Amino acid sequence: MEIQVMQDILGKNDEVAAENQALFAAKKVFALNLLGSPGAGKTTLLEKTMAALKDELRMAVIEGDLFTTKDADRIARYGVPVIQINTSGGCHLDAPMVQSVLPRLDLDALDLVVIENVGNLVCPAEFNIGEDEKAVVLSITEGDDKPLKYPLIFKESAVVVLNKVDILPYTNFNLEAATEDIATIHPGAMVLPVSSTTEEGLFAWYQWLRQAVQKKREGYSE
Amino acid sequence: MHEMAIAEGILDIALDYAHKNEAEHIRKIGLLLGEMTGVETEALTFCFTSLVRGTMAEGAELALKRVPLIGHCAQCGRRQPIRHYNFICPACGGGLAIVSGRELRVEYLEME
Repeated sequence: MEIQVMQDILGKNDEVAAENQALFAAKKVFALNLLGSPGAGKTTLLEKTMAALKDELRMAVIEGDLFTTKDADRIARYGVPVIQINTSGGCHLDAPMVQSVLPRLDLDALDLVVIENVGNLVCPAEFNIGEDEKAVVLSITEGDDKPLKYPLIFKESAVVVLNKVDILPYTNFNLEAATEDIATIHPGAMVLPVSSTTEEGLFAWYQWLRQAVQKKREGYSE
Repeated sequence: MHEMAIAEGILDIALDYAHKNEAEHIRKIGLLLGEMTGVETEALTFCFTSLVRGTMAEGAELALKRVPLIGHCAQCGRRQPIRHYNFICPACGGGLAIVSGRELRVEYLEME
């Protein structure tokens, strides 16, 4: 016999993601899914963000990592609550993994939860984890062809942080071409050229975060 | 390599339907895979084949149907294929919303 099914393969993940999202909504916490290749500078961007905003926004970090606690250790130095999820080789975080650690965060006392995903431009794009927005970090050394090679992650991300622009003069990265490609894949996506090392451009990133947090707070208090 | 997670999702759905329908064996699983999904079909088939050993779906064929990426322009109302992931309407410059091409779906099952 043949039967029609028409069921989404990642449907179970999406159900749990919706539960996570409902919890973040009830607590008025802005949840950010931070994506990017290994070495793009996700953790460094987070470190700068914590140093700049931790007295202003009540933050916590969930660190996805294959096996180690190296990133979580870096985050912990800033006195921000951090929870480590080891995927044991898994290439992405999924919604149940995030759900399993949320009880360990005091969401009532938070404005912002940043979930740093496993370094990868492919798999994490397919798995919603209950975030409000995704942001992807693309570094200059990865090359300007990456948006068109990995379109889904750029389509899914509200913000593209182009990191390490301080070394632009030493590379053949075409900032204009990359920005244009991102704009065709995701019209309206915000592209922020920054250098976490020199702190150039980071103000715009902080402003985006501040506004996102504020919108989340107000959106549910009306 | 999230193809293993996808293979597990497929098997869960297939076994669930097989139990509900009191089937003894799953012969074929029809899948809809959108053009804009990051699925490597060879890896998926490989993962699925090793995953189903010893289950009711052992030996089941994965029938993959690719779904093209189609967009709808909110501004001029045109419906058109999206080429080279360019989501700007070639006719009017408006933004194209995805109509199809993001499917990761079990379409049908053949069981006995």
